Amino acid sequence: MKNAGTIVIVVVVGFVAFFGFPFYYNIGKANEAPKLKFDTPAILEWEKVNGKKECVEPKEFMRGEHMQLLNQWRDSVVRNGDRVYVNSQGRSFTMSFQNTCMNCHSNKKDFCDKCHNYLGVKPYCWGCHIAPKEKQS
Amino acid sequence: MKILLPLFVVVALVVIAFAGAQANLQAFFGIVVPYAAVAVFILGFIVRALKWGSSPVPFRIPTTAGQMKSFAPWIKQNKIDNPSSRLGVFARMALEVLVFRSLFRNTKTELHDGPKLVYGSEKFLWLAGLAFHWSFLIIFVRHFRFFMQDVPFVIKIMESLDSFLQIGAPLLYLTDVVLVGAVTYLFLRRVVMPQIKFISLPADYFPLFLILGIALSGILMRYFTKVHIVGVKGLVMGLLSFSPVIPEGIGSIFYVHLFLVSVLLVYFPMSKLMHMGGVFLSPTRNMANNNREVRHINPWNYPVHVHTYEEYENDFREKMKKAGLPVEKE
Repeated sequence: MKNAGTIVIVVVVGFVAFFGFPFYYNIGKANEAPKLKFDTPAILEWEKVNGKKECVEPKEFMRGEHMQLLNQWRDSVVRNGDRVYVNSQGRSFTMSFQNTCMNCHSNKKDFCDKCHNYLGVKPYCWGCHIAPKEKQS
Repeated sequence: MKILLPLFVVVALVVIAFAGAQANLQAFFGIVVPYAAVAVFILGFIVRALKWGSSPVPFRIPTTAGQMKSFAPWIKQNKIDNPSSRLGVFARMALEVLVFRSLFRNTKTELHDGPKLVYGSEKFLWLAGLAFHWSFLIIFVRHFRFFMQDVPFVIKIMESLDSFLQIGAPLLYLTDVVLVGAVTYLFLRRVVMPQIKFISLPADYFPLFLILGIALSGILMRYFTKVHIVGVKGLVMGLLSFSPVIPEGIGSIFYVHLFLVSVLLVYFPMSKLMHMGGVFLSPTRNMANNNREVRHINPWNYPVHVHTYEEYENDFREKMKKAGLPVEKE
């Protein structure tokens, strides 16, 4: 007795079912990167005053390290009571998630959620902080 | 040399991928290599499976660890360790694949003063093996959040369970720690124990280094030198939808990770890693011990000409009668 038939069926079915899953799961879904919106009133106001849109640190740094920065801010504020952040250009900001970050980025659904949902990330910011009430644009 | 050679190979692979990404060969390392690697993996797997499938299956091997089914009703059969039905075989196989049951019975042998030979239980290999394989599986499945446009609920649940201690930001995955710890143990075991070191070959060290390299590059990407993760998902989704794109500014470390995974996929079908498929073909695990219930004919038997006693007597009846020997037919 030889098992070739059974084995080939099992291997092929297994491959199609398991490894093929990401291939056929995405059929008909556009490969679109999330598009963030930087057009809240506070950001436009900042642009008018300072001449450009900018965050507390450069864009590339914020993209990769914002979670670490938020963690540092939390530790600094909650554990040490220190609310002054001096950035890499020497400018000072108040460390406050609600009043600094969310002041400009008041559009959680068009900013935070875009990438987080795209990558299946669920940050626990909103376990303590209150998410802004907004309409999906 | 048996250790250094595979280490150098893995280091060289890292350097190649890093240099390639620095030299703007993203299209090669991000598109050509992964596609080729997946093709080699699938074809190689099928070729190996076909080769195994075309070899004859031997007579059932009853070297099992429990009481065989008996005709005597008061002798209790061990239905999982010595199964006589397909269901029993399925249970034994499932236990073997999911919890490495035969490795649990692993023993160590030591020579003590006397001289005295001592056998003892040895569970660390089983424990580390189990930790390694399960965390590898969870890490693999967790990666599906990069493979699917809308991340399914199951993957999100798995991810939140894996990071439930909420250490640091991004949250520390427990499987990352367990995997690196287990692979390190599996490596040290081959170096520290003289008997194991003696029988270890480059083919034993290479997969360990390769998997450690994959794990460390992934850990580096997540916790330390960040990559442009949205770009990474864009690249992966492009590959999966067969319309590959190379997003800008992903970061070289991602290409190192991807290249090492590609090498693992290519290496897989031609190495001992094929135990992923081969475990299902273990003759002492996948066959019911029903030798006394069912007649099994050896697949490589050729027809044997049999000379029965009846024929023998027909040939020599007269001579037997003359010699006074009893015959069955007159």
